[in-house]
Amino acid sequence: MKSLFESLIGWIDARFPLMQLWNDHLAKYYAPKNFNFWYFFGSLALLVLVIQIVTGIFLTMHYKPDAELAFASLEYIRRDVPLGWLIQYMHSTGASFFFIVVYLHMFRGIMYGSFKAPRELIWLLGMFLYMTLMAEAFMGYLLPWGNMSYWGAQVIVNLFSTIPWVGPDIAIWLRGDFAISDATLTRFFALHVSAIPLALLALVALHIMALHEVGSNNPDGIEIKEHKDADGKPLDGVPFHPYYTVKDIWGSVAFLFLFALVVFFAPEMGGYFLEPDNFTPANPLLTPEHIVPVWYFTPFYSVLRAIPDPQFGALAMLLSILVLFFLPWIDRNPVRSVRYRSLLYKINLGVFVVTFAALGYLGFNPPTPLYSELALRFSEWYFLFFIALWFFSRPRRNMERLLTLVVVLGLITLYDVVRMEPGQGMLVFLGWLMPAVFVAVMVFGSGIEKLGRDLPVPDRLTE
Amino acid sequence: MPDDTVDVGRRRFLTGSTALVGGTGAAVAMWPFIASMSPSARARTAGAPIEVDIGQMEWGQKIDLIWRKQPIWIIRRTPEMVAALEAEASYLRDPHSEQEQQPEFARNSHRSLNPEFLVLVGICTHLGCNPTYRPDAAPEDLGPEWQGGFFCACHGSRFDLSGRVYDHVPANANLRVPPYRFVSDTRILIGEMPEDAPA
Repeated sequence: MKSLFESLIGWIDARFPLMQLWNDHLAKYYAPKNFNFWYFFGSLALLVLVIQIVTGIFLTMHYKPDAELAFASLEYIRRDVPLGWLIQYMHSTGASFFFIVVYLHMFRGIMYGSFKAPRELIWLLGMFLYMTLMAEAFMGYLLPWGNMSYWGAQVIVNLFSTIPWVGPDIAIWLRGDFAISDATLTRFFALHVSAIPLALLALVALHIMALHEVGSNNPDGIEIKEHKDADGKPLDGVPFHPYYTVKDIWGSVAFLFLFALVVFFAPEMGGYFLEPDNFTPANPLLTPEHIVPVWYFTPFYSVLRAIPDPQFGALAMLLSILVLFFLPWIDRNPVRSVRYRSLLYKINLGVFVVTFAALGYLGFNPPTPLYSELALRFSEWYFLFFIALWFFSRPRRNMERLLTLVVVLGLITLYDVVRMEPGQGMLVFLGWLMPAVFVAVMVFGSGIEKLGRDLPVPDRLTE
Repeated sequence: MPDDTVDVGRRRFLTGSTALVGGTGAAVAMWPFIASMSPSARARTAGAPIEVDIGQMEWGQKIDLIWRKQPIWIIRRTPEMVAALEAEASYLRDPHSEQEQQPEFARNSHRSLNPEFLVLVGICTHLGCNPTYRPDAAPEDLGPEWQGGFFCACHGSRFDLSGRVYDHVPANANLRVPPYRFVSDTRILIGEMPEDAPA
């Protein structure tokens, strides 16, 4: 005798693939048994997306997308709407946490080689998600119509003016006016609350479909589908539900604990999550002393400022994001996980983490001569990370080593010679040592057994 | 031709031509949406020229206006300021205003119709910040070589008292001069070229 519940499921299943979806994506989706801390961030990104959509819907009920009313409506939400302050702070804190989670998620993918074949499309879809998320965050940041909103949008829309020939017209078209204005605010609102969230949801669905087609990678970077039992289930796999649903619930609770701490006790996060200048209304005639984007854009902003030419600076910044798309074709080393990569690879990855953080710090601070020089050098390290990844793709001959050294250092040195001004010799030379030492260590180190050789990869998961 | 065979060539042609016509239609259908994002009639009307009385300005004074939501500066320069601009300045990137950043009438050392009145768009040519007016010579923060001009606090770009950009700063072009003309000795119309000027 079937229970009422079973009958209902049966009725639906005759009309919609409910159990099939449940099994394919949860109950019979076999994931490697060795997921660790780093595997929380995918599900957490989904959780933050839900938080952003729900809080966003309720903010839309009170917000006025009008240049005359927007700033006041934000204050109204914070002061007069019952618990409006809570919803607003959840949304603004959620934006920063979204990027924290996504950056850790991306780092996990780089560290364990999850972007490598056959998972290139997962990575590409993830990169499209990341860029869409950046657009979503940028447009959302204009909506409070604070002075930093205004000037941040001014700077970023003006990046489009640097496109040769058509740039200025594109910028006017994007703004819908000759300057950032009401027209810009309303279109950013429309895109922020409808078009881009729809794109985000669609991309999330594609990202997960692509993942579930090929199966998850894991901290060992070993394919679990290569060892199956008699029933065709991976020996080193466990069903996603209940094993990882329970794990992810644990992660979500821990995450929400940290999230609540920030929402309730430090929603401005010392000016990093909400900038002080944004608590004054937009004023086209008063530039803030020092325009900085929110922290999650500052690494790329540093790359932009590192080259003192609007066109080339914007190009370098664009490249610093685009290069990530090509990661699966840059790092072609067959070993996926950092665990079995060479010591040099581990150093390279560590330097990349330091570089990203340093660029973020520099982007948040005024460009003094020292900081500008450092921003350039860390930008060079940023790109050298990818060159080193490409270099480590296979064992190199001495000729290739020499050629890489000469070409890379030659280009860096050439740029230094061209840009150097009198009196800067010492600063430029000391700065030059940063890429020079890095390239020398990577190139010569790759010839040393202990530094340059990848480790043997085991056949089965190790834990 | 018997009914059960497929004319592949014909099928390809039909598929291809349908895709082409449909694709063209879809592309053209984007037009109204793209066009709707251009500045509206109201935005363009709001961008109409503005007239300003400059009869009461003091020497060295700067007034800020808004035209097309851009800050417009008018500065009444002293004869000494104007004289200093004529010296050949090696620290400038484009001393002779060769880049198209001004109407033809402002392609001179004082970058204006009347050297006494400088009219500029107060937007840094780097990334659109609002530079500060610093007429003081050799202040502590800008160094002993500073002869007065405009300093952009965002990324450190420098401009002289004609809005000409310094070399080796983030901005790579002189500050823009908007189109303007004198209606009378004491009134400027911003947004319109002088009547005798080529369009």
